[in-house]
Amino acid sequence: MNKHEQDLQEVVDQAIAQQKVAHVKFKKIDPESVDITRLTSQSKETRQERWGKGLTALAIVIIAILIVAIIGFVGVHGLATFVNDKVNIFHFLFSSSWNPSAGKDHVGAAAMIVTSFAVTLLAALLATPFAIAIALFMTEYESGKQTRFLQSVMELLVGIPSVVYGFLGLTVIVPVIRTIFGGTGFGILAATLILFVMVLPTITSLTVDAFKAVPKDLRQSSAALGATRWQTIYHVVLRAARPRILTAIIFGMARAFGEALAVQMVIGNAVLMPYNLVSPAATLTSQLTSQMGNTVMGTLPNNALWSLALLLLIMSLVFNFLVRLIGKKR
Amino acid sequence: MNSKKVDRIATGVIYLLVAIVILILVGILGNILIAGVPHLSWHFLTSTSSSFEAGGGIRDQLFNSLYLLVLTLLISLPIALGAAIYLAEYAQDTWVTRLIRTTIEILSSLPSIVVGLFGYLLFVVQFGLGFSIIAGALALTFFNLPILTSNIEQAIEGVPQTQREAGWALGLSNWKTIRGIVLPAALPGIITGVILSAGRVFGEAAALIYTAGQSGSTVDYSNWNMFSPTSFLNVMRPAETLAVHIWKVNTEGIIPDVNLVSAATSALLVIVVIIFNFGARFLGNWLYKRLTAAKVK
Repeated sequence: MNKHEQDLQEVVDQAIAQQKVAHVKFKKIDPESVDITRLTSQSKETRQERWGKGLTALAIVIIAILIVAIIGFVGVHGLATFVNDKVNIFHFLFSSSWNPSAGKDHVGAAAMIVTSFAVTLLAALLATPFAIAIALFMTEYESGKQTRFLQSVMELLVGIPSVVYGFLGLTVIVPVIRTIFGGTGFGILAATLILFVMVLPTITSLTVDAFKAVPKDLRQSSAALGATRWQTIYHVVLRAARPRILTAIIFGMARAFGEALAVQMVIGNAVLMPYNLVSPAATLTSQLTSQMGNTVMGTLPNNALWSLALLLLIMSLVFNFLVRLIGKKR
Repeated sequence: MNSKKVDRIATGVIYLLVAIVILILVGILGNILIAGVPHLSWHFLTSTSSSFEAGGGIRDQLFNSLYLLVLTLLISLPIALGAAIYLAEYAQDTWVTRLIRTTIEILSSLPSIVVGLFGYLLFVVQFGLGFSIIAGALALTFFNLPILTSNIEQAIEGVPQTQREAGWALGLSNWKTIRGIVLPAALPGIITGVILSAGRVFGEAAALIYTAGQSGSTVDYSNWNMFSPTSFLNVMRPAETLAVHIWKVNTEGIIPDVNLVSAATSALLVIVVIIFNFGARFLGNWLYKRLTAAKVK
């Protein structure tokens, strides 16, 4: 029994000795039956609380460890190209000679970087007007049934697995492009069309949120000034929602940039600097997917692929950062 | 007059763009279903796939997809649930919490191929698991965790504060209030979130190519010994899922009926995803009604 518990015991003893209320039976409370350790120990509730909090905090720690591990592992392997194999980082970024098995002078990812950005930007450019139109339709023009219908349309588009989009591209889009433009049909155009459908729901749902966040009285004031619906939309709603629409587009671009299989199936997988929209090309993701299995761990060709993965990771972080930056300005 | 004309034109353009998108979806769904459904036969679902002949089925891929889904949910659900409870109920608005939220956002926006390659590095190579179902399930957990966590967190945050206060007023600990009051009330939302994430996991391929592997080993469905190499329950065997199967037969396909197989498999995947989507909403609404006796808007 420590000091604290002794004190408590004394107080209890005193209280029992001094009790003066005659009609209350204190038989059960005699000094011996008072369990001081129980009074001073934690309650069941406190223990439960600690357990619960600890258990849930553990889950958070696991997630935090995961992200650190991903960045760490991919970082170490991606940097091996520059540290161990002494590839010049500027050469990697700006040369388009890609044949890592031929030596360190042929590790140039520029062609893939350009292609990746090209398909991403084109897909976002194509999808944005559609996304804004649908979002306007859902928030400004129609409500209830039509909105719910369009929402389920978008959910279905999201739900379709990316390989299914790739297969559709392979069997529908590529042949159509082949008949119209000649050539193989594989290339940036096919990839853009596939990515357009894949990023459309992402951009749309975030744009809907953007429009919903525009206060109603702004619209009402505009209408009170005699503006038509389109004038209100163009001068008030679109303007007020602009930062959030921009965020939506960046989210869409992040998705397009990281999409692997669907793109890999329709882009043609030739690591060449693209000179038009219908010539075979390769993106960072498509090269990773198709080549990772063909290289031996630790060799230059393998390290070079990990550098592509690191580049993807960094781009994903950059997109995140951009979203945050725009969000802060708001 | 002029501005009215512009208004009409704008309205027309917006309706036109919406119509185009609906047409695209109808085209996509129609294309997949019309090309695939006629080939979805019992024989196709229950026969093994063939690597070079026509007429192969997808029995093992179908089982692998389901098995992987179950394993992934078994691993990721407890972690996501814990993390979501912490974020929604315990976390104060400090820089640590904000950092964690940022971390989860970053994790959810990572390209799935990067997650897959990380899984390959860590589980397949580092831990020596080889191409295996368990490595695939772990990689999918990464992919699944952030989405699941934020879905569950939203569901928990949707529970009215008065319900928590009622629990505290009864003298329950915070933890008991969460377990006994908040979680049951959030259950419909949680289940909807789980099913929706299951739909994504079911169709995911990029994260699996280099973790669960692309080859199917021979599987014996009467062997219930989890440690036998031929058992269908063995988590150490390489396993190809439906989505990976579509990708593989199309990129290195040497089977003559590649379009048939992929069309039918695509149709199956899309049907399953549609069922998941509607199932999630239906089950969520139904549970909500059962648990709260309230009207759903």
